[in-house]
Amino acid sequence: MYIFAGILGLLNIDAFKHDLIQYFGVAAMTLTAGFVVLALTYFKKWKWLFSEWLTSLDPKRIGVMYIAVAVLMLVKAGTDAGMMRLQQSISVGSNQGFLKPSHYQQVFSAHGTTMIFFAAMGLMFGLINIGVPLLIGSRDVAFPFLNSVSFWLFVAGMLLLNTSLAIGDFSGAGWLAYPPLSELQFSPSTGVDYWIWSLQIAGIGSLLSGINFIVTIIKNRTKGMSLMKMPMFVWSVFGSMTLVIFAFPILTVTITLLYLDRLLGMHFFTGAGGGNPMMYVNLIWAWGHPEVYILILPAFGIFSEIVATFSRKRLFGYTSMVWAIWAIVLLSFTVWLHHFFTMGSGADVNGFFGIMTMIIAIPTGVKIFNWLFTMFRGRIKFASPMIWFMGFIILFSIGGVAGVLLAVPPADFQLNNSLFLVAHFHSMIVSGVLFGYFAGLTYWFPKIYGFSLKDEIGKYAAYFWIVGFIVAFVPLYILGIMGATRRMNHYSSNLGFQSLFIVAGIGVLIIGAGLFIQVIQVASSIRDRKKLQDKTGDPWNGRTLEWSVSSPAPSYNFAILPVVKERDQFWNEKQNQSHKSHNKFKDFYMPKNSYLGLVIAFFAFSLGFAAVWHILWLFIFGLVGVIAVIIIRSLNENRELLVTFNDLSKADQLAIRNEQ
Amino acid sequence: MDKSVDLVEKVEKSKTYLGFWIYIMTDCVLFASLFAVYAVLHHNTNGGPSGQSLFSMPYALAETLILLTSSFTSGLSMIAARNNHRSKVIFWLVVTFLLGSTFLYLELHEFNHLVQTGDSWRVSGFLSSYFTLVGTHGLHIFVGLLWMTILTLVVMKRGLTKGSVKGLTLLNIFWHFLDVIWIFIFSVVYLMGHVGL
Repeated sequence: MYIFAGILGLLNIDAFKHDLIQYFGVAAMTLTAGFVVLALTYFKKWKWLFSEWLTSLDPKRIGVMYIAVAVLMLVKAGTDAGMMRLQQSISVGSNQGFLKPSHYQQVFSAHGTTMIFFAAMGLMFGLINIGVPLLIGSRDVAFPFLNSVSFWLFVAGMLLLNTSLAIGDFSGAGWLAYPPLSELQFSPSTGVDYWIWSLQIAGIGSLLSGINFIVTIIKNRTKGMSLMKMPMFVWSVFGSMTLVIFAFPILTVTITLLYLDRLLGMHFFTGAGGGNPMMYVNLIWAWGHPEVYILILPAFGIFSEIVATFSRKRLFGYTSMVWAIWAIVLLSFTVWLHHFFTMGSGADVNGFFGIMTMIIAIPTGVKIFNWLFTMFRGRIKFASPMIWFMGFIILFSIGGVAGVLLAVPPADFQLNNSLFLVAHFHSMIVSGVLFGYFAGLTYWFPKIYGFSLKDEIGKYAAYFWIVGFIVAFVPLYILGIMGATRRMNHYSSNLGFQSLFIVAGIGVLIIGAGLFIQVIQVASSIRDRKKLQDKTGDPWNGRTLEWSVSSPAPSYNFAILPVVKERDQFWNEKQNQSHKSHNKFKDFYMPKNSYLGLVIAFFAFSLGFAAVWHILWLFIFGLVGVIAVIIIRSLNENRELLVTFNDLSKADQLAIRNEQ
Repeated sequence: MDKSVDLVEKVEKSKTYLGFWIYIMTDCVLFASLFAVYAVLHHNTNGGPSGQSLFSMPYALAETLILLTSSFTSGLSMIAARNNHRSKVIFWLVVTFLLGSTFLYLELHEFNHLVQTGDSWRVSGFLSSYFTLVGTHGLHIFVGLLWMTILTLVVMKRGLTKGSVKGLTLLNIFWHFLDVIWIFIFSVVYLMGHVGL
């Protein structure tokens, strides 16, 4: 058996042979990339792109790049979802639909993988990068270069995943690649290896981000901001990143072991040879369940900021919110077995995990009621972030109650792996996570770009998403109870599924229209950006520190670091209930740009590609490259730039002169 | 107080220090997962040999003593750095490097022996998890040795600067951590394997 064979490894001409739909996908990707390259060359923007963006260590810019990549991936994985819905609407009886089974299973695997790892995680890290330093009154994250490495590893993982569309195939073993199906015996192509290595590379980036933001929150808070004075978004990120550092090493180990099984013929998860496939399922969910909370906690944090701002009241039950976050953090490690009650671990074990799962609904419920009480008797302004919030609170609660139902093991035995489950977790991920991030994007948009998004259009987008979600997923709850399993590419006509699948397909179209309206919203706002300019820096009448600086926020965030005496410091200053203390301006240091993050990602991508195709020389090249870049960076002690009064923005210079 | 003690104290208050400790905790979770896998699979010998028949206690004990000594000498390099003794720092780093390489050699020798006698990772779930758990520790040792080499060169060239003292402090945390992990490997894999638990 060849482990590393030949100069091109396992790569040969067959890897480039696909069916028509895949060729279409490859062509679309290539054309888009070609168009971008052409546009950059035509407008002579390469230098600008490289020096202002790609090499930037400014967390706000890194955040914007995260979001740009994530939106692309959202569209790509959304197209996958549309293909699945179309297939299921027509593939009944004698009609086999337009996707072969072997292609269909790649589509649903790619949909889940892309949405979780590259759309949701990307949006999350983007918003965290933009939000956290500003909200804690800091000029930067704790490790600016590491932050750039994290981002570029995320990009390398994303590229590797999309390479599978053009070269070879993708995993057909579902988004979590359960063995024995994902073992070499049953998935002999390199699809699963693509899955493993794109996750591995992006996952290490996430882990480094987790460390970075924990240290940022502990060490970089401005003077006076004790932990219990932090904005709720920062608390939620703290909880989420704590989950990252405990959960992601488990993912790293689990998929490495799967790769060792496939590469070296080890027996961790094989059916024969003393392996244990269920151990994989346990391990992957020991990471996977916390992962769900990693995604949702920052969305909770965003909603906490938004509800307080648009209700013009301080957040109700701050302390209980904090405790709820940490209760969720702790409990999220005690419920993983509810993903496979049918493993057969017995009534006692299933009972324990069922009860723990029900208990975790309590802190979540605390948060729901706290938001509602914040709104109660507030002067609510129904801007589009609030529309997202109200869609969220209803749909998320319904989905959450479905989750509590699934936590009852006997009920789960019936509904496990049915579309009821699919509808439940989409209620969490779409109407919870995604709505939260969309609200956050609208909310912080003016702080990043200096102009607001058109709110009317934003409201329409939200309405389309909410209605589309209901139309797309309520049929799935019903189908699940009727016995429709997930990942079906064909079913018999006498089951009576088709009409509901068609309704669900219409729902996806409505969601697609919502997404399209969002594109229109951004395009039209860019056109009218002069009119929409945010001159005050505080377009929403905000409560937290990011609104105290001009829009767009300068690269150094704060010319003079603020001093915090209480929660909602900025709001209280505006109400004249609290006096701003006037610090003197002092010169400070900011990190210089660095292109080494980009270089690391290049080597990491080479390494991943080589590992997928068993190309030994390229693997060594990638590995040595990564190590060499780390060494070069660590030996460079000249990494910072002094910022003096003259380097400040005009607005900040003026403000400082006026105060003195 | 002389300059180097200040430098060490500064490092201990820095963000890098906290960040590195958190990294160590994530590595701890990584090893915990590998130990859990070993605990699940170590009886799945698939008709092949068990730990009782494979492991030699004196050999494992020798490895342990060498690694523990290297941890001690690496601690001595830290004390030398606090006292601003550059040549002593280099001396103890070199000693630590030699002990660490000896440990790694012994480990690879054992691996090679097992593979040669037909007891490779392909044989059973037990041997897969054994090679992966112990091998991951070995890989960490290799990274530590690489780091030690570069750090020694930096101290030789640049002296005990802010950067090199920071590197030395972090390397020491890393090295002691690997020692702790090895003690668990020695107990769980070799000692418990020897008595057949």
